[in-house]
Amino acid sequence: MIQVRNLVKTFGSFTAVNDVSFEVAEGEIFAFLGPNGAGKTTTIKMLTTLLKPSSGQIQLDGLDPQTHQNQVRLRFGIVFQDPSLDGDLTAWENMEIHGVLYHVPHKTRVHRSEELLKLFELWDRRNDQVKKFSGGMKRRLEIARGFLHTPKILFLDEPTLGLDPQSRNQLWSHVKRVNEAERVTVFLTTHYMDEADRVAHRIGIIDHGKLVTQGTPKEIKEQTGTESLEDAFLKLTGSTIREEGANAADQMRQFAKMWSGGRR
Amino acid sequence: MSAIYILWLRELKRYTRSRAQIVASLGQPMLYLLVLGFGLGPVFKRAGNGDYFQFIAPGVIGMSVLFSSIFSGLGLLWDRQFGFLKETLVAPVSRMQIMIGRTLGGATVACIQGLLVMVICLIAGFRPTNLSAIPLALGFMVLIAILFAALGMAIGSGLQDMQGFQLIMNFLVLPIYFLSGAMFPLNDARSVLKYITRVDPLSYGIDGMRNVLGASNTAFDPRLDCMVLLVVGAVFLVFGAYRFSRIEI
Repeated sequence: MIQVRNLVKTFGSFTAVNDVSFEVAEGEIFAFLGPNGAGKTTTIKMLTTLLKPSSGQIQLDGLDPQTHQNQVRLRFGIVFQDPSLDGDLTAWENMEIHGVLYHVPHKTRVHRSEELLKLFELWDRRNDQVKKFSGGMKRRLEIARGFLHTPKILFLDEPTLGLDPQSRNQLWSHVKRVNEAERVTVFLTTHYMDEADRVAHRIGIIDHGKLVTQGTPKEIKEQTGTESLEDAFLKLTGSTIREEGANAADQMRQFAKMWSGGRR
Repeated sequence: MSAIYILWLRELKRYTRSRAQIVASLGQPMLYLLVLGFGLGPVFKRAGNGDYFQFIAPGVIGMSVLFSSIFSGLGLLWDRQFGFLKETLVAPVSRMQIMIGRTLGGATVACIQGLLVMVICLIAGFRPTNLSAIPLALGFMVLIAILFAALGMAIGSGLQDMQGFQLIMNFLVLPIYFLSGAMFPLNDARSVLKYITRVDPLSYGIDGMRNVLGASNTAFDPRLDCMVLLVVGAVFLVFGAYRFSRIEI
């Protein structure tokens, strides 16, 4: 479903993603793990048509995000790292806008919105403004919205950040349910190793823009001779804290933006 | 088409839902209208320029349309901060449609705001020569609204934070207002000021409204007003669409 070959992305002299190749099969849940600033979000942005790769090939359902932008966009749903709902609108209206933007026919839209809002336990609150929702409810609504146009792939960029264990558990069980019911391929990133271990069929670990390893959680643990995925992760990526690196990367991106902005 | 419609509708819903904001945004025009209108009225009359209240009412209507439309474009900043912008930018619709939907939505809201101020003016004692001129005045409001909503969109596309917003407010929006002849007759303006006021597109919008509403001290031909607004509006729309298409998130 997703094929990535020799993907590279540079921002000026900084290489955010360096020669990354992997494949995700249809119906698979693939977790993309890595420390801060490792290149996870940059990769997702390239997969979801938001950034142009510097070099390398991407295929989503056989299509190149560069040349078939709109067809590719119809085929995936995305939940961003930070929220992307309109707080002044109700849950129902947020679903409605999404449905219209993704060309979902009216009847299907109404029917499927109801189904998804019920599944994600938001039906009773559908006419409330989203700004009154808790963090967990907002996340659930975003995921429900991502499924509205029956995508083949769902991208989840750290969807459980800042949620309590209850909400996290619930969220993953919903995602798993839709993954099984509709054979949706799920591509996720997270910092919670236990989640990845539990939810994902396969895992790829990225560090400094390079894919360090990939395989099932079991394979990765065996490969590193560790008990838990967390230990395996630390063994593979070291224990240095990456906050600095992440900031530098962000700054680079900011600079790149500023300069290109200034020239326009 | 449906994408344009739903984004237009979104702007309207957001507007009608913020009642407090509607009331608050009527406060400033009222202050100008009542304080300046009645305060400067006698001086204006003594100078032989006629009724100041009749003169300033179209200016205040133009001001509220200007503020409301340009802020709708700057609203992109909020959508960027709160994330909704991304949701629209990864959708399988062209950026052009998104930009047009938002611009028309913002312009519609600005016209509603302008009509509300016009009603206040009428209540406070503003009398157009005939009431049939009001649809024509609305036409000018639409032109002003689209022009500045597009300009707001062009600027909002590049705004990253609140500081930028303040800068735009003080060095663009307020000068556009004060240099537009909303409060003083353009014909009497001297030297440099005269030329600056002629570069300001809002001058033509307010002058156009004065023309059709039959206020005194108009500066240009109404057909010229209309032409300038159409041309500058088209240029700003293209500019706004271009800037919007270059947004990176």
